[in-house]
Amino acid sequence: MSATVAPGQQVGGLVAETGRTRDARRTGGGRRRVTTWVLSAASVLLFLFFVFPVYWMVNTSLQPNNEIRGADVNFWPEEFTLRNYATVLFDPGRTPFLPAAGNSIVITILTVIISLVFAFLAAIAVTRFRFKSRRTFIIAILVIQMVPGEAMIVSVFRVIDGWHLLNTIIGLTIVYIATVLPFTIWTLRGFVNGVPAELEEAAMIDGCSRAGAFWRVTFPLLAPGLIATGVFGFIQAWNEFIMALVLNARPESMTLPVWLRTYLVANGTTNWAAIMAGSTLMAIPVIIFFLLVQGRMSSGLVSGAVKG
Amino acid sequence: MTTVDNGLDPAPSAFEGERMTAPQPKPAARRTRRIRGGFTPYSLLAPAFIVLALITGWPLIQLVITSFQEFGRAQVFGAPPEWIWFENYADVLTDPVFYAVLVRTLVFSAACVIVTMVLGTLIALMMMRLPKGFRILLSVGMLLAWAMPALTATVVWGWMFDTAYGVINYILVNWFGMEEYFQHSWLIDPLSFFLVAGIIVVWGAIPFVAFTLYAGLTQVPDEVLEAAQLDGAGGFKRFRLIIFPYLKPIFLIVTILQVIWDLRVFTQIFALQDIGGIRALTNTLGVYIYQTSIAGGDFGQGGAIAVITAILLMSVSIYYVRQVTKEEEL
Repeated sequence: MSATVAPGQQVGGLVAETGRTRDARRTGGGRRRVTTWVLSAASVLLFLFFVFPVYWMVNTSLQPNNEIRGADVNFWPEEFTLRNYATVLFDPGRTPFLPAAGNSIVITILTVIISLVFAFLAAIAVTRFRFKSRRTFIIAILVIQMVPGEAMIVSVFRVIDGWHLLNTIIGLTIVYIATVLPFTIWTLRGFVNGVPAELEEAAMIDGCSRAGAFWRVTFPLLAPGLIATGVFGFIQAWNEFIMALVLNARPESMTLPVWLRTYLVANGTTNWAAIMAGSTLMAIPVIIFFLLVQGRMSSGLVSGAVKG
Repeated sequence: MTTVDNGLDPAPSAFEGERMTAPQPKPAARRTRRIRGGFTPYSLLAPAFIVLALITGWPLIQLVITSFQEFGRAQVFGAPPEWIWFENYADVLTDPVFYAVLVRTLVFSAACVIVTMVLGTLIALMMMRLPKGFRILLSVGMLLAWAMPALTATVVWGWMFDTAYGVINYILVNWFGMEEYFQHSWLIDPLSFFLVAGIIVVWGAIPFVAFTLYAGLTQVPDEVLEAAQLDGAGGFKRFRLIIFPYLKPIFLIVTILQVIWDLRVFTQIFALQDIGGIRALTNTLGVYIYQTSIAGGDFGQGGAIAVITAILLMSVSIYYVRQVTKEEEL
């Protein structure tokens, strides 16, 4: 059946991967072999292009600052040191790292959990129920997703200020939940749609209540969708910069991106080694999460959007 | 419960229930049966609806209202805002600085979108032909680039392009003998500032495009491509006549998403300005809104710019929304 699945189409919540199992599907012919070699060489160059900044960040962070300000550039840490990390983590300067990391962790976790619960409920409503203005709600979700956050900073600032929630964890969390929700609802909706309602009906014939059928049959099948959207929320909340810059600018309430920016401005071009150590610490959680869900992210991003 | 509807209009035919028109291949539009739930769906929707109404809906209304008001620092501290109708818009639309920012944003995003789409497509096509090991290598590289937060990526690239100790200048001078790049400042000149910003944006955007298109490419049936090859279609012809039509919906949506994301670029520009650009010469729309309202304190005019930006972006997104609602069974 997979051969007939259209590009990007969802099958049981996951985008169908018919996969190119036969790697060497075009072998033979000297010209082909040359092409393959050229392409392989090009792919190595591209690999270096994509990886180099990440490598350079880690490489710089592991060298003493005076070493990276020499006439020569070290392509690997010749004088290996973890001093920069110690500086970033424990230096009680004007902008301490650890409280910012704490804020980021709390805000991110709250955003992921709450937005998943809210979006899950909404996704059930729009997929399993018939009600007035259902279609309107779905289109509104799509449109809201397109409202640029940059245009909204001023009015969001004033609304949050009006509730006296500036520089609080709650304030930024609510804003992030609203930012993440449209995409999360939209994607989860696609995943719930991928589970046939007939499965639930079968369970109900066997004696389950409607809620019980949903909980026991459909919910377990949604795990990949929940993970994919959860990771999306995590990355959004962890990386978000503009809203955090405007809403939580005070040192005690800032998140990691704002911390990094403040640290950068405060240190200027004098301590790149420490700045790179801070960047590495901020990037590591996202990189780990990304590697965990890899392929699902790209398909997940368009799966709700593209069918056929 | 629901009537079965496969999306076909009844066509005249001699036989009952038969159609003259060939049925359109409708992609998996399985109409799910939905139940009437009285209040249940509304209560399920309530939490999401309330959050969105308060944090997105209400500020959106506020934004439009503010853009018609004289709203500066005095108003922030309690003075009643004066209703001045279209004065903010008139100010913005007669300001040459605004047009400079607008044109800069449009040109920059267009360049980024084109380069990203071309390179992303080429890489996706290339991944189809690569031996497995090299394909995995390239995928890992792109995953790492994709995973980097935009701000961190900008800071790292800013360090690589550093005037005194940056690795780029070092390589250009010592490996390629280009002495003019010794102590070369990349960020002072607006044009080369945007070159650096463009590299950062494209570097971060290609993985999404390449992975998505690659996922689509694996769905193009081998048989069709092989048949075309036997018929003598060369590589470019196969792409234009077979692969592109197959992937058109994905191309369209990925391109629109890129346009939207690049038009609203903020983090990369803002952080690069911190590292060493001249703000007045390198502002894009997103950064300009921030400069005018938050940094400059003129919320009224900032609001007007924001509304104009939102209209611009929404008009692009309408294509996206229409495309999606066309493809999807809602």
